[in-house]
Amino acid sequence: MFTRSAGFIVALLVSGAAVAAESPQRGQPITAAEAAAWDLTIAPDGVGLPKGRGTVKRGEQVFAEKCVSCHGEKGEGKPADKLVGGQGTLGGDQAPVKTVGSYWPYATTLFDYIRRAMPLTEPQSLSAEEVYSVSAYVLYLNGIITDKAVLDAKSLPRVKMPNRDNFHIVYPAKIQ
Amino acid sequence: MLEHIDETPVAGNGLLDRRMFLRGAGAIGLVSAAGSAAAETLMVPAWTKTPGAWLQGYGQPSRFEGNVARGPFPADLYGGIGPGSTRAPLQNLEGMITPNGLHFERSHNGIPDINPDQHRLLIHGLVKRPLTFTVEALSRYPMTSRIAFIECAGNSGALYGPKAAEGTAQSLHGLVSCAEWTGVPLAMLLEEAGVDPAAKWFIAEGADAASMDRSVPLAKGLDDAMIALYQNGERIRPSNGYPMRLLLPGYQGNMNVKWLRRIKLVREPAMTRDETSKYSLLLKQGHVAQFNFPMDAKSVITKPSPGLTMTGPGIYEISGIAWSGNGKVAKVEVSADGGKSWALAALSDPVLSKALTRFRIPWRWDGGPAILQSRATDDSGYVQPTREQQIGVRGSLAQYHCNLITSWGVSAAGEVKHVYA
Ligand code: HEC
Repeated sequence: MFTRSAGFIVALLVSGAAVAAESPQRGQPITAAEAAAWDLTIAPDGVGLPKGRGTVKRGEQVFAEKCVSCHGEKGEGKPADKLVGGQGTLGGDQAPVKTVGSYWPYATTLFDYIRRAMPLTEPQSLSAEEVYSVSAYVLYLNGIITDKAVLDAKSLPRVKMPNRDNFHIVYPAKIQ
Repeated sequence: MLEHIDETPVAGNGLLDRRMFLRGAGAIGLVSAAGSAAAETLMVPAWTKTPGAWLQGYGQPSRFEGNVARGPFPADLYGGIGPGSTRAPLQNLEGMITPNGLHFERSHNGIPDINPDQHRLLIHGLVKRPLTFTVEALSRYPMTSRIAFIECAGNSGALYGPKAAEGTAQSLHGLVSCAEWTGVPLAMLLEEAGVDPAAKWFIAEGADAASMDRSVPLAKGLDDAMIALYQNGERIRPSNGYPMRLLLPGYQGNMNVKWLRRIKLVREPAMTRDETSKYSLLLKQGHVAQFNFPMDAKSVITKPSPGLTMTGPGIYEISGIAWSGNGKVAKVEVSADGGKSWALAALSDPVLSKALTRFRIPWRWDGGPAILQSRATDDSGYVQPTREQQIGVRGSLAQYHCNLITSWGVSAAGEVKHVYA
């Protein structure tokens, strides 16, 4: 018993690999396919985006039904976040208006966030088609895509966000 | 025994030697202040002459401490749901530990009511063996404990503003708290799952109605990250992540994902909403600094502070908290003349890496106007900046990671207010 616990302390100090030797190994194996049921992550290159497609027109309907009460007509905001406008307000002296259109660096984030968290009262209730469509509508309102654009797993990651190049990764350093 | 420590100020406007209280010389000052109070007749109070209350299953603070509470509450815009935060009442607390019921809280769509028997932690992605863990399974692992602060990246953000915001230590700086966290080192679980060498980051996601998620460098996960199950000895409170949260000592609070249900190992960050739209710093010329993780050294005087009125000239103890996400607090200096001169404060043991550290210094207030400041230096040599320095580098729109020196103005009437010096 003594040697076992002493061994554990040494293992912790030596390396992560040694730790496992004394781990009780209580994890329950699960297949990657089973794990997918919980996997909401969408990478900026589009990995994780589901099948399906959405249009601006359909998105306008979804927005009117499920978003406008909190995000206002045409995404103008109030009581919740303004989703549209503010482009050109970030670099100067005026108060910055941060929105999906002016600030967000990746279009994939829009799909990811709406799917996991919106509408506030009913998260994870929208179909893939509804999420693609309402994402398209918000991007259209910001002048980033045209009213004819169709969004799917291929086209969404290709949407270039206007503020993309202003984002700089600091890690592993930190700012002053 | 009593080494003579003179009451001559060690810095401007009455700051005294930090060792004075410790070694007893302060008694002179205290006695003279107390001596002026009128003598009162000592009565035997009612509670000494009647039996007290019966025992309690879970203790509560005295009913006379009812004003010590988290706050302020945000406006209720969506009928009692939605994002929000409340802050710890720093001006009412002492020592380094925040009581569980007063630990600041921040959530993005409410506090989930999680049944621990049904909760699962999934570890998947770039691993050899995807695994799930129940709370019960995790309880079988060897645990570690550490005292660590958690600070919201938005704490103190009002100090970037053009005018000194009215507020208290709580309302301006209360998005920081410190607890003893106990749980399983994340490294041990990652080892069990078998990390694919291609993995460089992991996504941590909560089981709340925001499914709040952040990308974390795998190096941090293998270093001092913990799956925390206990907070100050009891199971983590729902508002702090029951039944489990990620603890990333020193990193911005939002990354210490509460109600943790999923860890996915990946090559690149996911660029989630809370690491792009929020918790990124808008600097000069529109540049945005993303993934600035550690909370830099900071300190704030909690006593005296706004809301606590001075009760006449005499000797006071100035007390406050200091912390650094990069290591230990090496020293805290205090000024009573708006930063013209500084005196070293005493640090109360224990002084721990990435934990709140209590500092104290005696002060003879002469009854005139004063500006109190504190300045922390950590063991990396980093010095807490002045407002001018911080805004000079970052501009004033960064919103997050504000750690500049706070000034409390003391008026001749003894009122304490937040000011810019
Ligand atoms: C009941 C009110 C409510 C409804 C309905 C709602 N939202 Fe939201 N939305 C919010 C709140 C509140 C936030 C901010 C959440 C936070 O900060 O954690 C938010 C945030 C967002 C954001 C992120 C904004 C930013 O700049 O970070 C997007 C995008 C969004 N909502 C889209 C939608 C869409 C699309 C719908 C409809 C499908 C919708 N919302 C419906 C309340 C609502």
